[in-house]
Amino acid sequence: MKKPYFNMLVVLGLTMLLLLPVTTTWAKDLSGDLEIFSWWAGDEGPALEALITLYKARHPNVNVINATVTGGSGVNAKAVLKTRMLGGEPPDSFQVHAGQELIGTWVKADRMEDLTFLFKAQGWDKAFPEGLVKLIGTDKGIWSVPVNIHRSNVCWYVPANLKKWGVSAPKSWDDFFAIAPKLKEKGVVPLALAQNWTANHLWESVALASMGPDNWDALWAGKLAFDSPAGVQAWELFGKVLEFTNDDASSLSWQQATDMVVDGRAAFNIMGDWAAGYLSTTKKLAPGSGFNWGASPGTDGMFIFLADSFGLPKGAPQRDNAIAWLALLGSREGSDAFNPLKGSISARTDSDLSKYNDYGKSAAADFGKDRIAGSLAHGVTANEGFMNDFAAIMEMFLKTKNAQATAKATQQIAVKNGIGK
Amino acid sequence: MRDVSPDKLKAVLMLLPSIILIALFVYGFIANTFWISLTDWGGVAALAETPVKNFVGLQNYAELFTGFLGGGFRQDLVNAVYYSVMLLVGAIGLGVFIAILLDCKPKGEDIFRTIFLYPMALSFIVTGTIWRWMLAPQGGVNLLPTFVGGNPLTFRWLTSMQAIWEFNWQNLFLIALYGLAVGMILIGFGTFRKNPARAGKRWLLPGVLAGLLTWLGGDLLPQALFMEETHGFNLAALGIILATIWQYSGYTMALYLAGFTGISQDLRDAAMLDGASDIRYYRHVALPMVKPITISAVIILSHISLKMFDLIFAMTGPDNAETGHPALTMYLTTFRANDFAKGAAIAIVLFMVAATFIIPYLVSNYRQKGSR
Amino acid sequence: MTGKLSIGSFFLYGTLILLALAYLLPAYMTVVTALKLPENISLPTSWELPNPIDGGGFSEAVALLKPNFINSILLTVFATILSTVLGSINGYVFSKWKFRGSEVVFILFLFGMFIPYQVILIPLFQTLRAINLYGGLPGLILAHVVYGLPITTLIFRNFYTQIPDALMESAMLDNAGFFSIYKEIVFPLSIPGFVVTSIWQFTQIWNEFLWGITLTRHTANPITVGLAQLAGGQAVSWNLPMAGSILAAVPVLLIYILLGRYFIRGLLAGSVKE
Repeated sequence: MKKPYFNMLVVLGLTMLLLLPVTTTWAKDLSGDLEIFSWWAGDEGPALEALITLYKARHPNVNVINATVTGGSGVNAKAVLKTRMLGGEPPDSFQVHAGQELIGTWVKADRMEDLTFLFKAQGWDKAFPEGLVKLIGTDKGIWSVPVNIHRSNVCWYVPANLKKWGVSAPKSWDDFFAIAPKLKEKGVVPLALAQNWTANHLWESVALASMGPDNWDALWAGKLAFDSPAGVQAWELFGKVLEFTNDDASSLSWQQATDMVVDGRAAFNIMGDWAAGYLSTTKKLAPGSGFNWGASPGTDGMFIFLADSFGLPKGAPQRDNAIAWLALLGSREGSDAFNPLKGSISARTDSDLSKYNDYGKSAAADFGKDRIAGSLAHGVTANEGFMNDFAAIMEMFLKTKNAQATAKATQQIAVKNGIGK
Repeated sequence: MRDVSPDKLKAVLMLLPSIILIALFVYGFIANTFWISLTDWGGVAALAETPVKNFVGLQNYAELFTGFLGGGFRQDLVNAVYYSVMLLVGAIGLGVFIAILLDCKPKGEDIFRTIFLYPMALSFIVTGTIWRWMLAPQGGVNLLPTFVGGNPLTFRWLTSMQAIWEFNWQNLFLIALYGLAVGMILIGFGTFRKNPARAGKRWLLPGVLAGLLTWLGGDLLPQALFMEETHGFNLAALGIILATIWQYSGYTMALYLAGFTGISQDLRDAAMLDGASDIRYYRHVALPMVKPITISAVIILSHISLKMFDLIFAMTGPDNAETGHPALTMYLTTFRANDFAKGAAIAIVLFMVAATFIIPYLVSNYRQKGSR
Repeated sequence: MTGKLSIGSFFLYGTLILLALAYLLPAYMTVVTALKLPENISLPTSWELPNPIDGGGFSEAVALLKPNFINSILLTVFATILSTVLGSINGYVFSKWKFRGSEVVFILFLFGMFIPYQVILIPLFQTLRAINLYGGLPGLILAHVVYGLPITTLIFRNFYTQIPDALMESAMLDNAGFFSIYKEIVFPLSIPGFVVTSIWQFTQIWNEFLWGITLTRHTANPITVGLAQLAGGQAVSWNLPMAGSILAAVPVLLIYILLGRYFIRGLLAGSVKE
């Protein structure tokens, strides 16, 4: 009986010998440039650097060009990227928020390559949660590789301060309205808010709490109108919440609003979990004791997510290098090198949680079990046209506080931008 | 001699490269932008490799001026007018004042001059970031009185939602006609002393007539908008104007200082001998002599008021409606909303508004030619 | 020179000093913030002196901004030289060699000053790419030279109108032509004009951001782009961008400090009469 076994072994061995050079040449023979376009800089830089270092280890002959464009909440990056794409000079890969921001702008314009082949080759259909892949793809394909997951609906506070004031973190907005006047009397701002985009950010948490996740999904699918009773109610609740925010909000950057919480001038701040990185790394506070968090009031069990991702533009000058980059991003090794430094969690279900701090671990646990909803303020549920108009609507509301009119206006821009009829 | 001398030919040839460059890079691009503004290029699939562009005529402009979502643009336009006018008045006024002070040749003039000039060396982004901190209501300028024992200021600066001088956009035509009438009457009074008959015929009479007609027949004018929309001067813009004046008053100071220094000493001595007091000297001799400088300053400053985009962007971020400017709106409309045609329309409007600042130069040029 | 206003010295110096202090406040805040440790930077304490004084922001900024600094020097020097020389020749033509329609052409030139840079971003990009100049400094230099032509031409034209026509006429009697008049008469007198245009152009080009970031690839980024990278992003330790701003402003500041007097003299020579 030895001969068949022996034959099998020979075949196996020969096949492996054949495959080996293929994989090694694939890995080592990549050369040339790789231009990565993103808007990460400052304190977010180290995370991207970690990925680049990993990439260079795998492909030492590739010259990685880290072309970041910062400023203006990503508007400058968009200006440069769109100018280049219009002019026919795409970068090899660019950062984009997964979801409608990518789909509405690039996929519908037929500028991106379908990455289904990559997902299949890397076995990612098992690694990423199905709901996520559905939200970042269309029926025609999958268009980007998510490199992280951030949570939007998080409420931050300093436990020692709360104890001092005799309040606890609110579980619902009613709880919040019960304790807010008390805080105001003590000269503490109940909820710290910063410039315009953070108001959008706050709005999505409040609206989700007001209408619930089913209505939220229906809203973006065009099945629920923005000026329906549920829509108006969301704006009304938002108006009430705003009464307890600081009135110099538009002059502050989001970090300065977080600073208010740290210094004890404000009690709570609703911000995405990049605040965790700011609080632990820059402000040097310990997660759990120096600062603590909970789901934004009324959204317990719901996870509003946003995902930074990279795609492959058609006509990328160094396509193979770019594909290797995307493969790295979606891999366990890559995402576990990037995310702890960035303060986000991996989109993969099998990440090594020992590398993450306490916040990361709790967020990953929530991501596994909570109801997932897409973020509005960060490009998942609505396209760029809607987002641009929504910014104007938010300004209008901040000035007039008229829920009815604002809801109507929101419906108008939704129709204009293709959401609903 | 009507022949073209070889030298003239050389002159034109030397000018030619610049003419070609300007023709292409300025006028070619404007034409291209204008063409785009007449299409509907934008929205979904705007960034395709061969995007679909359909000709829609002046629809984008109609939407900007009369559409519901154009309200932000209209406020930006009002803001732009206030920015330019206040920048001109502030920078020139402050510049003249400091120039007069420095004309006294105090000790340390060099140091003072450098201190007033240095803000010009900074990029608008740097200025914007620093002034943003300075004008934050929780810190910065509001805290200054505490250092001399006072209470901190409570003005909200860039976050202020207050507006003054509000008007309803529906009455725009009415206001424009009244403004024209008042302007003409003022010019009439101004030139009255020099040439009463002319002033009366050319300016006062038509001005009064226009005012009367507008008052009587105002209701017949069409409404500029289908719904009520209040616009005014947003106090939040004060911070931005302050920062810009800080940055550029040094330049106007330098201009006027040069002008004052250029007035020959003999002239000054003569004026003094005639018994003119100092203030009279400045008002009746020095300032009129530097009128050409004012024109030059107006042109440069209006050129700068367009560049305020960087400053506003750095100070109040992309989405602050109170301090918006059409240049900023154009940037966001084009690159964030992918609405290229609408952005092009805003760009053309902006260009035309900016170009009106060239009119004083043309007028003065024309007048000088006439008097030659 | 005796004082022009008979106001008391107290009033004069008092006002000047108050104004000077007001003008220096922002500089104070920048320097103070640049020298603080990141965790000590917050709005309510923004006026306080740094304690401890930490130069880390500066050393990091120097390291990060060095390549951009060199790019900016190359860009600004070449673009300034080219645009001022061309402006000088254009001004010479417009003021001394008027031909039929030259006034109209000049006015058309001036309109070029009123184009906001964002407006022509896309066509400029596409044009530069079409002529293969996208991505490097030469393309950016070209853009700045072209858009600097209107103002340099304006300044030189105003400046040259003061050269008496008689000088030109007598030179022509001596059989001097277009170029020799320029070389012998006009150019030697142009120094103040060059000072003014160079200072103005240097400032504008050095501090320009939008084209710098869109028209160049990463290796050719000027310093304004590098500075924005320091200040951008989600989380920022402010001492770094403040230190970077100071470094970025140093060359221009030096020019103003050293050449400020010549700037005034140049304005004097060029601007009074017209």
